[in-house]
Amino acid sequence: MSDLLEMKNLKIGATVYPPDEAPHDIEIVKGVSFALEKGKVLGLIGESGAGKSTIGLASMGYGRGGVEITGGEVWINGRDVLKGGMKGLRALRGAEVTYVAQSAAAAFNPARKLMEQVTESTLQHGRCSRPEAEARAVELFAKLGLPNPETFGNRYPHQVSGGQLQRAMTAMALCPQPDLVVFDEPTTALDVTTQIDVLAAIKDAIRDTGVAALYITHDLAVVAQVSDHIMVLRHGEKVEYGTAEQIITAPREDYTRALVSVRQIDHPEKAPAEPVLTASNITARYAGTAFDVLKDVSVALSPGQTLAVVGESGSGKSTLARVITGLLPPSEGAIDFAGRTLSPALAGRSREDLRELQMIYQMADVAMNPRQTVGTIIGRPLEFYFGMTGKKKRDRVQELLDQIEMGEGFIDRYPAELSGGQKQRVCIARALAADPKLIICDEVTSALDPLVADGILKLLLDLQKKQNVAYLFITHDLATVRAIADSIAVMYQGKVVRYGPKSEVLAPPFDDYTDLLLSSVPEMKLGWLEDVLAHRKMESAGH
Amino acid sequence: MSPIVTLLAQRISLGLLLLFLVSILIFVGTIILPGDVAQSILGQSATPEALANLRRDLGLNDPPLTRYIDWATGVLHGDLGTALTSGQDIAESLGSRFRNTLFLAFWAAIIAVPLAVFLGLLAVRYRDRWPDKLISAVTLASISLPEFLIGYLLMFFLGVKLRLFPSTAIGYRADADVFTRLEAIALPVAVLTLVVLAHMMRMTRAAILNVMQSAYIETAELKGLTTFRVIWKHAFPNSIAPIVNVVMLNLAYLVVGVVVVEVVFVYPGMGQYLVDHVSKRDVPVVQACGLIFAAVYIGLNMLADVISILANPRLRHPK
Repeated sequence: MSDLLEMKNLKIGATVYPPDEAPHDIEIVKGVSFALEKGKVLGLIGESGAGKSTIGLASMGYGRGGVEITGGEVWINGRDVLKGGMKGLRALRGAEVTYVAQSAAAAFNPARKLMEQVTESTLQHGRCSRPEAEARAVELFAKLGLPNPETFGNRYPHQVSGGQLQRAMTAMALCPQPDLVVFDEPTTALDVTTQIDVLAAIKDAIRDTGVAALYITHDLAVVAQVSDHIMVLRHGEKVEYGTAEQIITAPREDYTRALVSVRQIDHPEKAPAEPVLTASNITARYAGTAFDVLKDVSVALSPGQTLAVVGESGSGKSTLARVITGLLPPSEGAIDFAGRTLSPALAGRSREDLRELQMIYQMADVAMNPRQTVGTIIGRPLEFYFGMTGKKKRDRVQELLDQIEMGEGFIDRYPAELSGGQKQRVCIARALAADPKLIICDEVTSALDPLVADGILKLLLDLQKKQNVAYLFITHDLATVRAIADSIAVMYQGKVVRYGPKSEVLAPPFDDYTDLLLSSVPEMKLGWLEDVLAHRKMESAGH
Repeated sequence: MSPIVTLLAQRISLGLLLLFLVSILIFVGTIILPGDVAQSILGQSATPEALANLRRDLGLNDPPLTRYIDWATGVLHGDLGTALTSGQDIAESLGSRFRNTLFLAFWAAIIAVPLAVFLGLLAVRYRDRWPDKLISAVTLASISLPEFLIGYLLMFFLGVKLRLFPSTAIGYRADADVFTRLEAIALPVAVLTLVVLAHMMRMTRAAILNVMQSAYIETAELKGLTTFRVIWKHAFPNSIAPIVNVVMLNLAYLVVGVVVVEVVFVYPGMGQYLVDHVSKRDVPVVQACGLIFAAVYIGLNMLADVISILANPRLRHPK
């Protein structure tokens, strides 16, 4: 069978402008070759910076930002797309090759109706008439399981949910009947319970239309469900290429093996003790709204232990953190911390209250002042809470840096010079600097690559052992929860639906929501998606 | 009630409240100005009795609140009072002047706004290449030159040297046919266009460039659309709000700020009328002009708000 897409020794580069350094060129993709047959799905997997999205976009002759294709060939349907000029590329994009972006919410134009956007490339490329294109769009909406497919296209992007938008984006990519679709992390931004349905919809659509696909993701368990072949990338180079089965069950390279066995931290659960934090009957709403985001939430956390708060976006888990930190005074309920009752509002809390309760955020980038050095960032709480200055402060900062395994040479660097994982480590050091009793960790590993996230989790556990600090760990990722929690609170629509020690919460019998949540977490095995869906079908038939 | 109606009602009532406050400000401002109207009407040689009589006739001895209420009630009934210096009805003499000013502003806007938006789109299309740089340089130069200088330059080259257009608007008659009138105002319109073009064009360029960073622009590019279609269909609809705001500010300027251009071209507009009466200390005329200018400013900005709200699909089509 002939190849639809063939990349030969593809090289992609960009010019970077680092602070205090002369601009220079870097290579993002260093000579990658592969081929994709008609109707097959190739999974591209790797950490951020591995070049997987860049390769995906290169198949459309596109470089994001200042990225440029510097060498090699990209053949599609027997033509080298890099030699066709702008006109050739326009004829290719949106017709032969289409693209599904990671965040459909951002990738749809907010000012135009979905139908206009879904049919636009089909019409612009003159593939068929408007009524035909619209009929095809409606058919795709139905196939992808969107509600009211006849009228769905009349809505604006903000009027439908994130999962629906992601399906609509898939419909948009399939509408012009392309030969190849590039899926760039299409389910990464979705909740785990939404992800499974979208994944199934995409898989069905690929099978029914016979289109070939490049499926890009950092989650090996996800890509294993949809791909025929998988290519593992690292630092812009091919690490390993094989069938999905071979990569999952018999990886040849160490790096692939590390990816397969990620999140297998063993963390024995500790017995509950006299709690350091007790939130009792918390009900809260945001000013100017008539809707309770938290409804009668009660949780407790023992010293030196980890309480994982799990739930989908909108379940109220981050709001709980805001209430505990005092950023959002609750309308009812009380927070007891270290033997005293905290003032509901931030303004009423003492400096000691503030010191003992620290927070680490999801986005380490924006949680640090980009114009301050690591030393200044970590030194600030030392100065503020303990009045340290000069050499004493600098020594203590260095000590903290050693604790987060960053060592010498980082103290005078700026955040922009650090990697994502290092930035998060600096944020951890800043929280530790205050010598707190409790750290609230809000999705601290969600923005990180699996292996880096693993390192952060291990560091957090290690620090907990040494400093006896408690963590309130907010996450949507159940693998993380398994790895670090002592007790778990499952939140759904502002309520705690399940709460207790890890061993009890994660053991049957489950309530419906926890069951749905747990069974939606992709597992590192082929056919998992089909198994779960078949199981769910059977269950609902049984009811 | 749908949120958009509430929002619009809010904006409009805020605008009216603002206009009311401005009317107080204008009134108080003209009262605390030094000088005496009666004195300036009758001249230095007036007897104290004559001054006192005139003050009483003009109602200058009444408490300020009464005078304000009288004035405001009159304005609401379309009565702007009588000019002290000429004894003419202000509404009447102002009316024709205001129509002239609007005529000039209208044609300047009809040319300047689409041209500015088009040049802005063009600058984005050829960003950082020579068309962009040329557009930026020319518009920047035209905004940097004082408008009277541009006026005299155009007058000299287009009016005197090339004899394309009349050098002044002195031949302007409100009752002439449209083409004659347009010919008379060709040069003032050209000057005004050059003055307001740069601001609007640069805002259009900046607003669209800002939107061009969005992920949905990448989506549009990956659909294989032409660059101009990407800009026009995907970027422009999302940058209407900032563009409309700066357009409205410039429209207000065209009505309110054209004094210099009117004087240069001897055009019988409102600016000239205002300047004449300020120098004669004719308070009712100054108050009336001030109020009309304020109403134009507030009205146009309110319109900008309304258009911005209507242009937002989230407000137009709630969930």
